[in-house]
Amino acid sequence: MTDTLLTIEGLTKAYPGVVANDNVSFAIREGEVHALLGENGAGKSTLVKMIYGLVKPDSGTMTLRGAPYAPAEPRAARAAGVAMVFQHFSLFDALNVAENIALGMENPPPMRDLAARIREVSETYGLPIDPYRTVGDLSAGERQRVEIIRCLLQDPRLLIMDEPTSVLTPQEVEILFQTLRKLTAEGVAILYISHKLEEIRALCDQATILRLGRNVGTCVPAGTTAREMAEMMVGSAFQAPERAPRELGEVALDITGLSVRSPSEFGTSLKNLHLTVRAGEILGLGGVAGNGQDELLAALSGELRTDADAIRLKGRPIGRLGPAARRQLGLLTAPEERLGHAAAPDMSLTENAALTGAQREGLVANGFLKWGKAREFAEAVIARFDVRTPGPGTAARALSGGNLQKFVIGREVMQRPEVLVVNQPTWGVDASAAAAIRQALLDLAGTGTAVLVISQDLDELMEISDRFGALNEGRLSDIRPAQELSVDEIGLMMGGAHGMEVAHV
Amino acid sequence: MDFGSINPILLLASLMVAATPLLLAAIGELVVERAGVLNLGVEGMMITGAICGFAIAVNTGSPIVGLVAAAAGGAALSLLFAVLTQFALANQVASGLSLTLFGLGLSALLGQGYQGIKPPPFPRVDIPLLSDIPVLGPILFRHDIVVYFGLALVAAVWWVLKNTRAGLILRAVGENHDAAHALGYKVVRIRILAIMFGGACAGLGGAYISLIRVPQWTEGMTAGIGWIALALVVFASWKPWRVMLGAYLFGGITVLQLNLQAAGVAIPVEYLAMSPYLITILVLVIMSADKSRAPAALGRSFHASQ
Repeated sequence: MTDTLLTIEGLTKAYPGVVANDNVSFAIREGEVHALLGENGAGKSTLVKMIYGLVKPDSGTMTLRGAPYAPAEPRAARAAGVAMVFQHFSLFDALNVAENIALGMENPPPMRDLAARIREVSETYGLPIDPYRTVGDLSAGERQRVEIIRCLLQDPRLLIMDEPTSVLTPQEVEILFQTLRKLTAEGVAILYISHKLEEIRALCDQATILRLGRNVGTCVPAGTTAREMAEMMVGSAFQAPERAPRELGEVALDITGLSVRSPSEFGTSLKNLHLTVRAGEILGLGGVAGNGQDELLAALSGELRTDADAIRLKGRPIGRLGPAARRQLGLLTAPEERLGHAAAPDMSLTENAALTGAQREGLVANGFLKWGKAREFAEAVIARFDVRTPGPGTAARALSGGNLQKFVIGREVMQRPEVLVVNQPTWGVDASAAAAIRQALLDLAGTGTAVLVISQDLDELMEISDRFGALNEGRLSDIRPAQELSVDEIGLMMGGAHGMEVAHV
Repeated sequence: MDFGSINPILLLASLMVAATPLLLAAIGELVVERAGVLNLGVEGMMITGAICGFAIAVNTGSPIVGLVAAAAGGAALSLLFAVLTQFALANQVASGLSLTLFGLGLSALLGQGYQGIKPPPFPRVDIPLLSDIPVLGPILFRHDIVVYFGLALVAAVWWVLKNTRAGLILRAVGENHDAAHALGYKVVRIRILAIMFGGACAGLGGAYISLIRVPQWTEGMTAGIGWIALALVVFASWKPWRVMLGAYLFGGITVLQLNLQAAGVAIPVEYLAMSPYLITILVLVIMSADKSRAPAALGRSFHASQ
């Protein structure tokens, strides 16, 4: 079990203006779980795409079981025994499970045989799924099972997993880990990419750390602290957010019996939500994606209208008001999707700043925009939140995910909201930028703002929230003080394991 | 008013003929849209096919060669659309509209010497035995080969989409081109082939009008059938059998209203003339009220960036 499976030597890939991978080398042994660590833009995705044949390296060699390995396309990689579970699932919503799996195979058997094999594999590895269900109706955890089964049906030697746990509850993560451990016991190697350092410590045998496209070191995760790994990734001492003791004020946001029908076909309707957030308090709402988070944000931002009394801002019913009126009153929101929802991709940062800051920052006079003032506001956000960009004239699309996230959160924070609602404030953001955003939210609460944080990152919620609740299928769990909760309790609040079973071994 | 002059057998027989151009164009467009491409140039490809087929049939004396030329002409024109949208990543709506305008102009140019000429007659297939059945024989079994080809094509498209791997890949590309690309499928190549299939079908449908249904060449003779084909695909919820149903309904009402006009019904001609469009769309709208939806990637450009 200690034979080398895949050796990578001197892989280099440059895109115009940026070297994604610079002379990266490492080796994966058979039956090993190998972690690939790095901040956003460190080159992890490019590296695994080269291994999977989606991207061709400029130079460097790969060796798979002693033979030269240079897949021209994913087909060749799959034939060689390399399979990949994608970060953004590569599934087809309108097709059923069996059809989706057939698309990922070279020579799929007839549908009926395939369905039988899917049942067999899913039983063996504790991933129950009905082959004839339409993928669009499945939960995120179930979709991931489809991807994993698709890989397993090809008897892979190496399984690449890109951020597999970001959509799972803690219980589902535990079941996934048991499935993975069973696979490694059979000699399958796993290349595991994740931002969640504690998970990597629990699961992985070896870790390779990338920074700015270079291999900057390896470690044995079990013998390294999460903080040390984070510092290797960032390349400098790492500052964890600090929370100062705060005085809680009056109830600022009061939601009573909020029910909203989801506007989208595959969305989740909200069912009778009750919650309050006091001034100076941070309320964290967890839950797996697709359990009503987007609908809750839309109901609070004013994109969806509700009964007037369902949402009260400092006692005033605002359920029927539109987004602009709510902003005027001090309820600001930052949605999850950066490009296209929080920011207009092709507009400059100045224009994006003016879009949400117009009322509260006084950027409009008599129907005319004050561009000078808008630019100053954008520059202030850029300076205070350390947004790395050539200037406020840059298009939002040109910023990296972490930098744009800092900008869209900073833009709301700087408007001194009475209530701030954020959805996934640090999604896809690297460790240091995430820490900066969390610190900003804590500081904001310190100045007496009520903050509602919707997130799937439990570590984040535990780090910053005073009280915690979870959304599950559009319903809200009891809200409890965050300090006294254990991981198991949180998992149950999120809906437990959603009927998943552990591997039958 | 004289309803007695309407012969129901003749009416039903001519229904199948009237529906065929629409059926061919729509089934081609259905394949294109299932691959995620919206080609609004159906009308342009039809009229181009109509003149290509007509000219070649007149010059060679063979209507079959004319039909092949029509399919080739339609496919060639659609290739222009394919290059614009798949390589240059041009907007599909604008490209499709300009393709229609271009096709109408091009066909008028090509057809200048062909006005008023009669094309070589198209052989009618009298299926032995079956065509002798009373009533059903004349309605179903005394048509030209293209009528049967259209029906076979619907069945083939349905079967391929539902049961074959090629069909599954085509649907996958139309559903989520990024995922299909990540799995290693050649999105652009598949789409170009689908676009050319759609072009060939549209060209064939156009030639059916100029060679068999009318038969002669006049400018703009497709008269909006291409647009109806586009609407038909949408209201048929991208399902082959519903496309056929819609095409036959449309053909049937077209023939019926012509007969009613001839019989001198006391309804203004304009109302009769608009009735096929109105009724076909109404019926299909009611039918498409179920949960079916458009291919998710329909009309979106694909670029294999990183």
